[in-house]
Amino acid sequence: MAIVNLQNVTYKYPLTDVPVLQNINLQVEEGEFVAVIGPNGAGKSTLCYTLAGFAPHFFKGELTGIVEVAGVESHNSILSEWVLNVGLAFQNPFNQISGAKYTVFEELAFGLENIGIPRDEMIARVEGAMKLTGISDLADRSPYSLSGGQQQRVALASILVMQPRVLVLDEPTSQMDPIGTREVFGVIHSMAESGMTVILVEHKMEWIAQFADRVIALKDGEILMNGDPSEVLTSPLLPSNGFGTSRYTSVARRAQELGLWNEGKLPITLDEAVRGFNSSLTKEEIPDARAK
Amino acid sequence: MKIEIKDLYFTYPTGVEALRGISLTVESGEQVAIVGQNGAGKTTLVKHLNGLLLPTRGQVKIGGWDTTKYPVAKLASRVGYVFQNPDEQLFSRNVGMEVAFGPKNLGFDAERVEALVNDALVLTQLADKTETNPYDLSATWRKMVALASILSMDTDILIFDEPTTGQDAVNVARIAHVIAELRKRGKTVITITHDIDFCAENFERVIAMSQGKILLDGRTNDVLGREEILASTYVDPPQLTRLGKRLGFKNTVRNQEEFLNALKK
Ligand SMILES: Nc1ncnc2c1ncn2[C@@H]1O[C@H](COP(=O)(O)OP(=O)(O)OP(=O)(O)O)[C@@H](O)[C@H]1O
Ligand SMILES: Nc1ncnc2c1ncn2[C@@H]1O[C@H](COP(=O)(O)OP(=O)(O)O)[C@@H](O)[C@H]1O
Ligand SMILES: [Mg+2]
Ligand SMILES: [Mg+2]
Repeated sequence: MAIVNLQNVTYKYPLTDVPVLQNINLQVEEGEFVAVIGPNGAGKSTLCYTLAGFAPHFFKGELTGIVEVAGVESHNSILSEWVLNVGLAFQNPFNQISGAKYTVFEELAFGLENIGIPRDEMIARVEGAMKLTGISDLADRSPYSLSGGQQQRVALASILVMQPRVLVLDEPTSQMDPIGTREVFGVIHSMAESGMTVILVEHKMEWIAQFADRVIALKDGEILMNGDPSEVLTSPLLPSNGFGTSRYTSVARRAQELGLWNEGKLPITLDEAVRGFNSSLTKEEIPDARAK
Repeated sequence: MKIEIKDLYFTYPTGVEALRGISLTVESGEQVAIVGQNGAGKTTLVKHLNGLLLPTRGQVKIGGWDTTKYPVAKLASRVGYVFQNPDEQLFSRNVGMEVAFGPKNLGFDAERVEALVNDALVLTQLADKTETNPYDLSATWRKMVALASILSMDTDILIFDEPTTGQDAVNVARIAHVIAELRKRGKTVITITHDIDFCAENFERVIAMSQGKILLDGRTNDVLGREEILASTYVDPPQLTRLGKRLGFKNTVRNQEEFLNALKK
């Protein structure tokens, strides 16, 4: 049975007329790593809020349909119980920091204290999460006097320490440096392999292509596509609907038009692009093709 | 308007040494990208250009003005800075007022203010949102408002701190267009970014920072081809640069056009 189950979910914020999510149907299996992509305003963050119980429990508004996680319906739950199963990293990391604590270490321990985790385990979990997010050297710093990317790492770590069954991440690497981003994707991928369920909103197609099990393309509050990364990320529907693609996909698409790409399928990763271009080049049909 | 930085050191009151000997000159009309790992000191460096931060040691001069000798309000007529986090910057009731605030504050006459505001709103595609409260907009659009409210000040130097963060492909293209337009107008643009593909496609000069110092500073292809040095500051070369290398291209390529040209050879 799917751990996350959304059926015909439609959601409206309190002061707006049009629903921001429309008739969403989505099932996610335990241990799956699902990436959500979409243009600005598509409803990605709202989908995250819905999964995390903030819509409607915090934002109010009107939710119809079924939102179910681990067999419990959102309607029948309260936020303080819901968040034990579902952890959300907000799009703006600043919203994540509690403001109650003086150091990064204390900030990360805060949530664990609240749920009564024994001290030894707490320290181990905090240290583990700091290591995974590359902030061990910031343990004694104030969470407020950090660079943007450092703050974002603290925000991510503060969710990871809680070890929720379902991890919902809203653009968690938007301010991270490139190699840090790649590492964080790797960390998330291995957490999914070890059984955590991950739903991640991102624009970084290269790493989605490499690490996600499935891609959901969201547009105007509706699911436009839901499938295998190689299918969704190479679909001609993406560019025509304002979605970005990786440079590998876009350059191969252009090369295909020029007759410089002769493979059936467009690449989504570096390795696929290398293979495809190498075999296209050795086929040497290039001069002919260029004429057309 | 020339930017001259000599042997700049900066230590935050908490004791963090964020800049450790930066020397740098940017000529009038140059477009420069700054890349480098989280905490490298990028934001700290650019906050020195409009006097938000003052050197602990060393000197920063903007068109000959030493930033320690001119108030921030004066420097604002030369340098516009768009914050990494727009919420540190926005305060007005609606978008129109926000974008008009800067040029009004610089004392421009009503006609010039109106022209500058319109131009900024058109460039950022915000013209239909003038009556909206910035806090009713999504974070990504608030970033565009922050950008517009600096564009409207018509400064010779503009600084963008991670402008493409969280933006979709359409808005990234829009920001690239703004930068191209500013280049045509002869403005100096300094942009901090972690989006190396965006950096490669839109800038001629790149500076890579690490731990409060400059590691590399030069032509884009030269800097972005230095894979090992970049890795020491947590930066990967652009996607097409890496692809070109794997395919055995002799020269570093950084955008679609260069890649396809190299492929045809
Ligand atoms: N207000 C502050 N008080 C104390 N230390 C600070 C403050 N702001 C930043 N720092 C520290 O100064 C160093 C440089 O930070 P800065 O914000 O310049 O980095 P950055 O290169 O812009 O990083 P990012 O890519 O994450 O935005 C970091 O160690 C950071 O933690
Ligand atoms: N708290 C809110 N109240 C009212 N409308 C909102 C709120 N948050 C987002 N919206 C609106 O919902 C739509 C979807 O926004 P969002 O979920 O943030 O999209 P995305 O994350 O894909 O950019 C947008 O039209 C946005 O303006
Ligand atoms: Mg969002
Ligand atoms: Mg910064």
